[in-house]
Amino acid sequence: MSDTHSDEALAAGTPAPAFSLPATPDQMVSLDDLSGKPVIIAFYPADWSPVCGDQMALYNEILPEFHKAGAQLVGISVDGVWCHAAFANDRKLHFPLLADFEPKGAVARRYRVYREKEGIAERALFVIDGAGIIRWSFVSPLGINPGADGILEALETLGAAAPAEGNPS
Amino acid sequence: MTHLAVPVGSQDHTQGQAQSAVTLVEYGDYECPYCGEAYPILKAVQHAMGDQMRFVFRNFPISELHPHAVRAAEFAEAAAGLGRFWQAHDMLYENQAALTDADLFGYGLRLGLASDVVAEGLDGRFDAKIRSDFMGGVRSGVNGTPSLFINGLRYDGERDVDSLVDALRHAAREAIRPRAGMHR
Repeated sequence: MSDTHSDEALAAGTPAPAFSLPATPDQMVSLDDLSGKPVIIAFYPADWSPVCGDQMALYNEILPEFHKAGAQLVGISVDGVWCHAAFANDRKLHFPLLADFEPKGAVARRYRVYREKEGIAERALFVIDGAGIIRWSFVSPLGINPGADGILEALETLGAAAPAEGNPS
Repeated sequence: MTHLAVPVGSQDHTQGQAQSAVTLVEYGDYECPYCGEAYPILKAVQHAMGDQMRFVFRNFPISELHPHAVRAAEFAEAAAGLGRFWQAHDMLYENQAALTDADLFGYGLRLGLASDVVAEGLDGRFDAKIRSDFMGGVRSGVNGTPSLFINGLRYDGERDVDSLVDALRHAAREAIRPRAGMHR
């Protein structure tokens, strides 16, 4: 349970702060690369949290549903690229984990989900629309995997407002 | 976020009577060690609750972490076609460390399932049903396994027999109280 989680995460209606972070030792991913389609950002405290209840492993299973809604998912933590690579390989993740490693937590700070005391990101979710506006955000208590129902509902709300790309009918 | 999004219905595997005062739904993965730990506990809970409780099992395989979980779920669904779902469910949880295809065919023999029935079951025909269970779980806020719901509300308490039986008896009492007695 979290006692000090920040209640000030960037809220719906706020333009999503730009970022460019390494996904692998030689590949950067920026929010601009992802623009035009909804983006789900899952900030999380650290790689290697216990299995079965692991949030990233759960999202990995739900990835086809996110893609159906036209959305891209990225995970962000303060772990470095090699740590992310080992973690993603172990959990067979099919979406990028971005390293908010140097300067440490800079992107988490911009989204106001950085925990100074522990030096990690909150367990925080953002759904950003194709125009780069945050449409939903949620901060979960640190030890609690928030699941994906809130993300799917937010994507549906977006889809109702503006049909997803690549759906010609 | 903590409500069962898909009501218990004819698509479900159930033990006990529909008119039971309390229904316990488990979202589980046959290869998940925590589900394996919960298995004998839930058996003891069923025993303690007797005909007061209905038990429902829904599939929630984390396939990338547990490479045999979907095949095991397919096997149980195939067994369900011959009325042997629960025997298959129990056999899988009692043999969690041995869930290769060869093992599944062996369990099929022990359950009286012809090998072609098992083979058909593993051909993907149950994938939509398993995925439907999984997505219903996601919509209900399931974030890992096992996840338990008591009369449609997520149970986040301790998973020992006494705590579960207490919670179930409480829910059973609430369920038979008149509506006016409900709070919140």
